[in-house]
Amino acid sequence: MDFAIDNIIIPLIKIGIVFGALSGVVALMTLAERKVAAFIQVRLGPMRVGPHGILQPIADGIKLMLKEDILPAKADPWIFTLAPIIALVPAFIVFAVIPFGPSFELWGKTIALRITDLNIGVLYVLSISSIGILGIILGGWASNSKYPLMGALRSAAQMVSYEVALGFSIMGVLMIAGSLSLVDIVNKQKEFGWWFVFMQPLGFILFFVCGIAETNRAPFDLPEAESELVAGFHTEYSGFRFSLYFLAEYANMIAVSAMAVTLFFGGWLRPFSNVAALDFLDLNFLALGPALTGLFWFCLKVIIFLYCYLWFRWTWPRYRYDQLMKIGWQWLLPLAIANLIVTAFVVLYFVKE
Amino acid sequence: MADEKENQNTEKPADSGPQPQTPASPPTPPPPPKPATPPPPKPPAAAGGTPPPPKPPAAPGAHPPPPKPKGPAPEPWSHPIVDAIKEKFGNQFVKAYSFIGQNNIEVKKALIAEILTFMRDNSILPCNYLADETAVHWPKDEEFEMVYILYSFEKNEYVRVKTRLKEWESIESVASVWTTADWLEREVYDMFGVRYANHPNLKRILLPEDWVGFPLRKDYNIRLQDVEWVRKHLGIDSGQKYYVGEARHEDPNYITPTD
Amino acid sequence: MAEAETLFDASELTVSMGPQHPSTHGVLQVKLKLDGERVLDAECVIGYLHRGVEKLGEAQTYGQFVPTLDRMDYIAAVSNCLGYCETIEKLIGVTAPPRAQYIRVIMTELNRITSHLLWLGTHAIDLGAITTFLYCFREREEILKIFENYCGARLTTHMFRIGGTQYELYEGFKEQVRTFIQDFPKKVDEYETLLTENRIWLDRTKNVGIISGKDAIDLGLTGPSLRGSGVQWDLRKAKPYCVYSEFDFDIPIGEVGDTYDRYLVRMEEMRQSARIVAQAIEKIPDGPIMAKMSKIIKPPVGDIYHSIESPKGELGYYIVSDGSTMAYRARVRPPSFVNLQSLKKMVAGHMVADVVAVIGTLDIVLGEIDR
Repeated sequence: MDFAIDNIIIPLIKIGIVFGALSGVVALMTLAERKVAAFIQVRLGPMRVGPHGILQPIADGIKLMLKEDILPAKADPWIFTLAPIIALVPAFIVFAVIPFGPSFELWGKTIALRITDLNIGVLYVLSISSIGILGIILGGWASNSKYPLMGALRSAAQMVSYEVALGFSIMGVLMIAGSLSLVDIVNKQKEFGWWFVFMQPLGFILFFVCGIAETNRAPFDLPEAESELVAGFHTEYSGFRFSLYFLAEYANMIAVSAMAVTLFFGGWLRPFSNVAALDFLDLNFLALGPALTGLFWFCLKVIIFLYCYLWFRWTWPRYRYDQLMKIGWQWLLPLAIANLIVTAFVVLYFVKE
Repeated sequence: MADEKENQNTEKPADSGPQPQTPASPPTPPPPPKPATPPPPKPPAAAGGTPPPPKPPAAPGAHPPPPKPKGPAPEPWSHPIVDAIKEKFGNQFVKAYSFIGQNNIEVKKALIAEILTFMRDNSILPCNYLADETAVHWPKDEEFEMVYILYSFEKNEYVRVKTRLKEWESIESVASVWTTADWLEREVYDMFGVRYANHPNLKRILLPEDWVGFPLRKDYNIRLQDVEWVRKHLGIDSGQKYYVGEARHEDPNYITPTD
Repeated sequence: MAEAETLFDASELTVSMGPQHPSTHGVLQVKLKLDGERVLDAECVIGYLHRGVEKLGEAQTYGQFVPTLDRMDYIAAVSNCLGYCETIEKLIGVTAPPRAQYIRVIMTELNRITSHLLWLGTHAIDLGAITTFLYCFREREEILKIFENYCGARLTTHMFRIGGTQYELYEGFKEQVRTFIQDFPKKVDEYETLLTENRIWLDRTKNVGIISGKDAIDLGLTGPSLRGSGVQWDLRKAKPYCVYSEFDFDIPIGEVGDTYDRYLVRMEEMRQSARIVAQAIEKIPDGPIMAKMSKIIKPPVGDIYHSIESPKGELGYYIVSDGSTMAYRARVRPPSFVNLQSLKKMVAGHMVADVVAVIGTLDIVLGEIDR
């Protein structure tokens, strides 16, 4: 019975909560994008549906569901339907290893605010996010039309190139933390008292820039921009299938932000988590106290990152495709490798003594 | 009286509408005696406020009281560049005149490309910029008058070179002299049907490739349309009354540009 | 939106951009010959907006023709009006009274600012900087309110008449313009902060669409595009018309002749226009706004060419008169038409994504090109 509860029921509950929360956040992101864009552009954004447009995501969702589902005549129906799912699912299952908060006691059970903790957590995240690229390629391929295919291939090429730099940029963190498990990384940050961003500033910047390029967001969104010649991979998609791609993009954004927070910004740790004098902030008097504060800090940091994503999109112009690839290969990758080498030296000679 | 003044200050709106207006019949019957006395027309207007306002003599810049007010007339223009052209292209030169301060040189069309190359390369008035190239149709003489408006950056002066050619003749293209002429000549071809020899790409530019007719010619009624083209490409019957090649109008009150 | 002959043909791909395309600023079709991503050749197909304005000029009287001309360069309609009215005034030998001329200058310069703001907004949005578009339109809104208060229309304004202007300045005009002009340079600074030093903007616009001064003159390029290539020529200084000679302003020129230089030139021109308006608004003389002339305009027999500096370049009118109330030939020399010719030269050897940048930097208006 204990076994069942520990290993089946509780994880299922956790999965349900995370999945539900994530879907909600993704929906809210669509609204947030429009509102943030509007405020940057000196206007108000959606205001009609619900007070200040809060219910706009619901309206958008209903609209997309009710739209005519077009299947191009020459398109391969199975792959055409499968491709957005292949793009969406990895974005969601990445959250299986991300720690949202510390453990807490409930009815005698220690429940950790994460679905699971793999000891190869980082590897899991990187490999799963690579599967998402496949969804894009298949989407372009299944459309059976030249321009979506070209757009899909460009998107995919961009994502693959930036994946390499992304991987290298977090190796510094892995070396300092000494483990691939995300929970261990957060705990190490608590132990050191410093968030890893202070120890690996270059690594963080590279990670975030590569993350933006991974998710095909501005300023790296040429393959899907409307004013360019070659239309993006999602040209032939409409209605519900299009919304799946859309949600996949936002889920990827949240995943990248969550990873950045976990790896570099202390996950669910509050600022100055080692300073005992600030322990009163932890709400330890409540049963769920530490969990709630941890969750709060985690969410706050992720929200700040998501805001940065939106901010960058509406402020900067976009790069041309060849400039984009050049930055990925000629700038970010060498810098990431240099970061790796320097970190290796520092760890070897100054820390491990 | 305030009314009158206002009338005079506003432009000529209503009476130049779709009525048949031949240039020679002003609304007031006795215009000729009036120009002899410019100041008096005002007081009678103040006294009576006659409905057709007294028309001041349409005389640009002619205050002395000759009965037929004369406007500006072309005056001969002499300039070293004119002499240079006369010297180099003696028999091609027709005349050089100046009208309202703007200088024109008229030449024959045979060596127009060389003359314009000379205009560009000479050192007296090097016209390195072709501002415009266009044509004017004179159906009575069955001629097109080609106008080249040139500008010299160095001397900060505009010069017009004109030439005439018959409707069926072709003229040398100057696209090799200034690349600007490329599209300008295409437009002249498109609108007038003037054929250019040695043009890199002479085809229609504004109208569709298979349009029939040259709209800016004087025998192309303003309501004409290539109905066949419309039928073929747009699949509609446009209902235009007039057809290409058939410039008739049933409405006697309609003004055509050739009236 | 895009048709191609073959996809993976190694040699050449012909792709047609437009006529409906978010970035072609109107109905322009550009046929590109591509070698992979590089553009080998660009052929422009125009005429989708041809309305026969020049033919209409022969069928309408001189006064009736003025509103038709607004529809040509509909973004800078005031300049069209000014050019034509000045041409006919020259032909019939009338000068507009000083008050009218000052009003004309103020309105034309405000229109220059509007036109450049629209250019900046659309150029930025083509390259991905979406927010700048909305900021520019916010400023443009202020000027359009002034236009609306003055003559009732925002876009196709028909502000001037042959011989002067029709409308007297309204109550509060000076205050409204002054408020706007005082704030405007700060707004231009705002746009500059967003774009001028921005790494991405520099990467997208530097060394894109380079044309040398000599080539530009040969191609007939005029306006800010010519000044971006280093040729110091502005009709307001070279052949001053209206009362421009009484104002103190500079002509910005560029160095290299690339998109970035043209961007800087136009930004500076906005500031200079604001300067002219600030000077003009203080000096408006009193007096009549319309010259004493006959209501029916019958110019002497002959022809005339007069050109002004519109925001796009040299806008010229060549009118042939046969003594009647309607022009015998009303030719408009459209700056955008001649400027568009240089697209071919500017775009050769660049990437497909640069075509959009170059079309934006030429600042074309299809209404003017096609007439």
